[in-house]
Amino acid sequence: MEIGRASVLESISHRFGNGFLLTASMSVLAFLYLPIAVLIIFSFNDSRILSLPFRGFTWKWYEALLNNADLQTAIWNSFYVGICATFLTLLIGIPAAFALDRFNFPGKTMFRRFVLLPLALPGVITGISMMNMFRAMGIQLSLETVILGHATALVSVVATQVFARLQRLNRSFEEASADLGARPWQTFCYVTIPNIRSAIIGSALISFTLSFDEIPVTFFLTGRDNTLPMYIWSTLRRGITPEINAVGTIILVVSLVLIVLSVWLIQHDDQKR
Amino acid sequence: MKHSTRRTFEKYGVLSAPLVWTFIFLFVPYILLFTYSFYIKQFPTFTPAFQFGNYAQIIADSQYYQVIFRSAWIAGCVALSALFLAYPFAYFLVFKVRSARVRMILYMAVIVPLWVSYLLRAYTWKTILGNEGILNSFLVWAGIFAEPSDLFLYNKFSMILTLTYIFIPFTVMPIYTALEKIPRNLTEASHDLGVGPLQTFWNVILPLSMPGVIAGMTFTFCLASGDFVAPMLVGGPDGFMIANLMTSQFGAAMNWPLGSALAMIMLVVVLTIISLSDKFQRAGRVELG
Repeated sequence: MEIGRASVLESISHRFGNGFLLTASMSVLAFLYLPIAVLIIFSFNDSRILSLPFRGFTWKWYEALLNNADLQTAIWNSFYVGICATFLTLLIGIPAAFALDRFNFPGKTMFRRFVLLPLALPGVITGISMMNMFRAMGIQLSLETVILGHATALVSVVATQVFARLQRLNRSFEEASADLGARPWQTFCYVTIPNIRSAIIGSALISFTLSFDEIPVTFFLTGRDNTLPMYIWSTLRRGITPEINAVGTIILVVSLVLIVLSVWLIQHDDQKR
Repeated sequence: MKHSTRRTFEKYGVLSAPLVWTFIFLFVPYILLFTYSFYIKQFPTFTPAFQFGNYAQIIADSQYYQVIFRSAWIAGCVALSALFLAYPFAYFLVFKVRSARVRMILYMAVIVPLWVSYLLRAYTWKTILGNEGILNSFLVWAGIFAEPSDLFLYNKFSMILTLTYIFIPFTVMPIYTALEKIPRNLTEASHDLGVGPLQTFWNVILPLSMPGVIAGMTFTFCLASGDFVAPMLVGGPDGFMIANLMTSQFGAAMNWPLGSALAMIMLVVVLTIISLSDKFQRAGRVELG
């Protein structure tokens, strides 16, 4: 009967469709993790050359990291730049989000375009344009110029996240607070900020992460001090040792721990509320 | 204080920091870039002028515009490949995975690779695809090739592969968000009306997910076209892109006016693409009540 045949056909194509989706998705994940697996495996390989065959398990590349002063300075510099840049992005991005959400002013559209631009604009342009400016003003390139560059490139991350959260915020909380006699800054501190806290923390974390691995802007604005990506870049040009793999593996493990921690914290926080 | 005065005071107080910052670090540098693009290169640096020679050089000299077209072509291929890999994954997560926990784990699984240094991930592809790399070792071992092949590295293929790899997570994110927003009652209504899953996908889900698709592809295209790391690592002579051209103008070639002209062109093109993409996204948005 037609109905029976149609439903058999349907269930076959349904199964086939599901099978296709499952295979496709798992293939994508395998593709994504292949280089990472290679990275980790070769960090334990007892051979200088990054190719097969695998010669034996060793910790020596990790030990070499502990003796590598240049690398440790670079990591420290990256932390310094990341923290300062994140701080600046919050300082600029949060007011920017408020301005876009709550106020109307002349040039608002242009302001919004400019703020959002560095997000989709390749970092080379931000890097080159700011390098031009610093050179023209006679300012020496240094870690501080890198911080300014990162902050400029990453303001849009904070601004968009906080803006999106503000849009969803229920204004009646703030109105109730005002009705109960709180001053504007009190309302801001005790009502508004706690409610957008997740957006602030989330975008700060993303901002820091992006700054830590930032390459194009840093490339043009860096002076004599290296950040971690710049150090890796110079090592790649000179001649690579699996120490680099060890660095990558450590970064991955630390990030995983941080992610698991933050997810656990968020869930814990949600349960408390 | 009158309420409206206080409000204005408040407004400009809040605005001042971001406005000043945007002016100093975004607006002024772009103006400078614009100005420099008209200067003339003169040993050892350049002199102020107002002439279109740099732009003319870019349009007329094939070694420049070829690089621009190649970058656009590679970026387009990357955007498409990333789309074809990211969409099924996002669709699978949103519509086929029942457990919210598994869904979150799988979503994070796509995001986690972003935490490993971009340089390292791109470099690892170089080791995988190279003559002594894993791919060649496997093919020789399996007897498919008699000896290692040069085909896999230092060409457009390796560029597109590496860049697609980098941008898959960035494409999954907006598509996942867009798919999640589709109200289930629409797909259920479609099913109730007797429409098969393929048709439902084509007529209901795909159009509604378009804003996410466009956002992801725009982002990928713009950033892939301006990348200079992947070309240096896996590109070879065939993979020389705009960003490398620009970098060399500010480096060895000492031709800042030309470099600035290239940068202005890229700035204008990206701005245009973003505005167009915005328009498409808004047009595709259906009022979901």
